[in-house]
Amino acid sequence: METFIGKPIKRREDARFLKGAGKYTDDIKLMGMTHSAFVRSPYAHAKILSIDTAAAEKAEGVVAVYTGSDACGTFGVPCGWQVDFKNGETMREPLHPLLAKDKILHVGEAVAIVIAETLELARDAAELVQVSYEALPAVTCPKKAMEAGAPKVHDQWEDNAAFDWCIGNDRTEVEAALESAHHVTEMTYKNHRLAPNAIEPRSYISDYDVNADKWTLYTSTQNPHLIRLLLCAFVLGIPEHKVRVLSYDVGGGFGSKIYHYTEEALLTWVSKEIGRPVKWTSDRTEAFLTDAHGRDHIVHSKMGFDEDGKIVAHLTDEYCAMGAYLSTFAPAVPTYLHGTLFQGVYTTPLIHLNVVAPFTHTVAVDAYRGAGRPEATYLLERIISKAAKEMDIDPAELRYKNFIPPFNGTSEPGFQTQVALQYDSGNYHGVLKRGLEMLGYEDFRKEQAEARKNGKLIGVGISTYIEGCGIAPSAVVGSLGARAGLYEVGHVRVQPTGKVSVFTGAHSHGQGHETVFAQFVADKLGIHMDDVDIVHGDTDQVAFGMGTYGSRSLAVGGSAIIKSVEKVLEKGAKIAAHKLEAAESDLEYAEGKWTVKGTDKSISFGDVSLTAYVPHDYPEGVEPGLDFSSFYDPTNFTYPFGTHIAVVEVDPDTGKVDLQRFVACDDVGNVMNPMIVDGQIHGGVVQGVGQALLEEVIYDGEGQMVTGSYMDYAMPRADDVPNIETDRTTTPCPHNPLGVKGAGEAGAIGSTPAVVNAVVDALSHLGVTDIQMPVTPKRVWKAMQTQA
Amino acid sequence: MQISMTINGKEYSHDIEPRISLAQYLRENLNLTGTHIGCDTSGCGACTVTVDGAAAKACTLLAVQVDGSEITTIEGMANGNEMHPIQEAFKENHGLQCGFCTPGMVMTAADILKNNPNPTDEEIRHGLEGNFCRCTGYHNIVKSIQHAAEKINA
Ligand code: FES
Ligand code: FES
Repeated sequence: METFIGKPIKRREDARFLKGAGKYTDDIKLMGMTHSAFVRSPYAHAKILSIDTAAAEKAEGVVAVYTGSDACGTFGVPCGWQVDFKNGETMREPLHPLLAKDKILHVGEAVAIVIAETLELARDAAELVQVSYEALPAVTCPKKAMEAGAPKVHDQWEDNAAFDWCIGNDRTEVEAALESAHHVTEMTYKNHRLAPNAIEPRSYISDYDVNADKWTLYTSTQNPHLIRLLLCAFVLGIPEHKVRVLSYDVGGGFGSKIYHYTEEALLTWVSKEIGRPVKWTSDRTEAFLTDAHGRDHIVHSKMGFDEDGKIVAHLTDEYCAMGAYLSTFAPAVPTYLHGTLFQGVYTTPLIHLNVVAPFTHTVAVDAYRGAGRPEATYLLERIISKAAKEMDIDPAELRYKNFIPPFNGTSEPGFQTQVALQYDSGNYHGVLKRGLEMLGYEDFRKEQAEARKNGKLIGVGISTYIEGCGIAPSAVVGSLGARAGLYEVGHVRVQPTGKVSVFTGAHSHGQGHETVFAQFVADKLGIHMDDVDIVHGDTDQVAFGMGTYGSRSLAVGGSAIIKSVEKVLEKGAKIAAHKLEAAESDLEYAEGKWTVKGTDKSISFGDVSLTAYVPHDYPEGVEPGLDFSSFYDPTNFTYPFGTHIAVVEVDPDTGKVDLQRFVACDDVGNVMNPMIVDGQIHGGVVQGVGQALLEEVIYDGEGQMVTGSYMDYAMPRADDVPNIETDRTTTPCPHNPLGVKGAGEAGAIGSTPAVVNAVVDALSHLGVTDIQMPVTPKRVWKAMQTQA
Repeated sequence: MQISMTINGKEYSHDIEPRISLAQYLRENLNLTGTHIGCDTSGCGACTVTVDGAAAKACTLLAVQVDGSEITTIEGMANGNEMHPIQEAFKENHGLQCGFCTPGMVMTAADILKNNPNPTDEEIRHGLEGNFCRCTGYHNIVKSIQHAAEKINA
C-alpha cells in the first residue's frame, strides 16, 4: 500500500499556478464592481487643515468620495496583543482610524478614498482631492523617540513609549555577574527595518448583498477568520455570521498579510454605502508605505564569560519601534516572541532584557518572517562570535562549550529557560557537528590562512539558532497579553463514498498545505492521497481558524486534523465491529481496513463510510455520518533549531561581499515532505541573507521614506545568492501527534548572523570587529579603511 | 485607440485608452489574469510575457505600443492540459511556492533557454536578474530551468 508521509510528493497546487490560473484577489471581477484609489499623506507628521473633495466628486466616473469626516471616520482598527509597562501601567493604545481626520502620523496614511467606475478614473479623481496640511516635526528612530523634547506621536501621553517591559532574571543580579565576569563582550547596533515585500501586493474586494444583508470580503490574508472576527466585533460592529471572508490564492505573506488593515475595514464599510462591490489593490509604493514592516530594534548588549569561556550572564537593552499605531501583533514581537528566545541554545544562567517600545512617525512594525526571533538570534549569534574572537577561541568551540546538552523531552525532561519558556527537545551539538562537516570547516580554515597570505579576504560565519514555533498554547499566550486563543481547527468530512474533505483553519500562501495535509491524512486513514481534498481560506466552509504564521500550520493545524482523523477512526471502529460482529477491542486498523485480529475477516474504510451514511444495519446508539471537527490547543511551543554557515569573499578594492556558500543543517522535527521543507529553508535563508547584505527601509529626518520602490530597496535577486546546501537531523517534537516542529521561519532566523559573522571573519585580521547591517560595499570598505 | 494583436495564437482587437499598459489590457480586457502585476514599474518581472518572441515586461509597455505584435502569455504555454516542459520542470523541482512570480519566471525561463539552450547555473541566475521571487530563494527555480533545458534538448 502506497504511503505518503516523508516523501517529496509534487504539489497538487502547482498546475493552476503554472498555467496562470491561480485565483489571487486582484484576478477576481464581480458584476458592477467599482475600483478605488486612496489619497495619502506626503507628510510624516502634520495637521490636516482642510480637505476639499468637490472637484473629485464631480469627476468622470466617480461614484463616491469619503474622508475621515464621514461616518467611517469614527471606526478604528484594534491591536490584538496587550503588553503592559513593567511598572504596571497599561499599554498605551491609540485608535488607528480608517481615514485620518485631524492629524497625520506617517507618510502614506490615508486621508480620503475615491471610488469610481475604473481604476484609472479613481486614480485621476484622487489627484483632484485638495488637502492642506501644516507639517510638523517627525521622529522615526525608536531611540530618538524617547529623548527629551522628541516630537510626540500621540499627544495624549507624556512620552512616546507604548510600553516599557522586561523579562528574565533580576537586573541587579545580572549586572553583578557581569561586573565579576572574566570577560565581557559588548555590542551596540541596529537591527534595521525591513519591508516584507510579498510579490503579490495586498488586495481586497468587498461585496455587500443588500437583499441578504451579507458581505463577502475577498482578501489577501494569512488568516481569514481572524480578519472576520476583528472586522466584525472590533471595528465595524457588524454581525459575524453576516460576513464571509474568502482568501483563495495569496501571493506570499511573510507576516505582512496577518494583520487586519484599515483598507479591509474601509472597503467593507464602503460597499454597503454604495451598494456595489468595490476593489482596492495596493501598488508597490503603497505597499512600502503601508504594509507593516519588520525589525527596527536599537540594541545595546553585554555578555559575560568565565575563564573557561562559559557564559555567565547576558544583559540587553533595546528600543523597538512600534510605528505610528499598534498593528495586530506588534507588541508581542519585540517581547514575547523575542525576549523568550534569549536563552538561545546556551546554558546562560542569568539573562535580562529590557525593551522600550516607542511610537514613531512611521508605518507600523509587526511580525515579519521570524518575528522577534531573528532579532534574538542575530544578537546571540553575533555576540558569541564576537566574544570568540576577543577571547581567541574558535567560534564553533565556544558554542560547543555553552550548548544545552541533548534532551529528547520524553525520557529526559524539557529544558527550562531563564526567560519563561520550556524547550521541548533538542540536540544542538548534532546540527553544529553536521553543519561543520557539510562545510569542511577545518579545510576551510586552512584555505583561509593561505588566502590571507595572498591578500584574499575570505571568511566563514556560524549561527546556531533556536526558535519558538507552533504558536501557541492559548492559556500561556493569554497570560502574556494575547487577546485571542491560538489553537487551530481541523474538520474531517468523510463522504459516503469514503472520499475525504478536510477543512483547515490554517491558510496556505505558498506553503503547500493542499499537498502536505493530504499526505498525512491519507496515511493515517490508510487511503490514497488522491482521495483527500484540503479546503482552506473560506470562513463559510471552514468552521473557524487562527490562520498561518509562526510556523504553526502543521504543528497546530495538522494536529487539529489528526484529532478529527482519530475521531473518525474511533467511530468507524464501532461501525466496523457491528458489521463484523466482533468486539471493538478485537479489531485492528491498517491499510484502510478494520480486521478482526488473527482472522481474514475485514471491512474497508469505504464500506464503513457508506454504512455511516446508509445506516440500515447499524450499531445501536451511534449517530449516522462520519464527520468530525476538532480544536487543538497545543501544550507548548515547538522549538526547531539548526546550524547555518556562510562563506563569503570580500573584494578588497570595492568592499563588495560575495556570498559563496551557504550551508544549512536544520532540525524541524519529523518531516512530512522533504521537498517542501527544503523549499521553505531556501526561501527563508535568502530573506535572511537579504537583511544581512542588501535590504533596508530608510526614513529620512523628516520621516520621508527614501526606499519606497524596487529601484531603491534592494531585495535579493537570483545572481546575489548561491545554491543553498541543506541537510537535517531529526529530533521529534514530543508533544504533538506528528512530532513536527515547523519550518517556515527557520531559514530567515538562522541565516542573517551567519552572513555577517562571515564578513567580520573575513576582515578580522584587519582589526574589524563589527559592521552594521546591511553590510553594503560602502560600509565594508569604510570599516576596512578605518582599521587599516 | 483601435489596436489589434495576436495573443496566444488568437486575434484580438479593441478600442482602448492610450495610457493602458499591456499588462492591464491583458488582465482587464482579455481576462488573462496569469500575467501578474507586482510593481508596475519594471522591477519585479511578475508581468513578463513575450512580444514577438522576446521577453518583455508587460507593465511598462503600453498596449498601443505593441499594436500588431504577436504576444505569448503564461496562458499560452501549455498545450491544453499538457504542460510545457518548462512548466513541468517547475513542478517537478518545486520551483514555485506562492505562485505569484511564477508566470513571469516561466516566461523568462523560456527566453533564457531560447537564447541559450545549455545555460550554466550562473547564466540562468544572470538571466533571472529582472525577476523577483520572495518565496523560493531562487535555488529551485535555477534547478527547474536546468531540468527544463535537459528536457527540451533531449
Ligand atoms: S509588474 Fe511589471 S515588472 Fe513588476
Ligand atoms: S513563488 Fe512566491 S514569489 Fe516566487
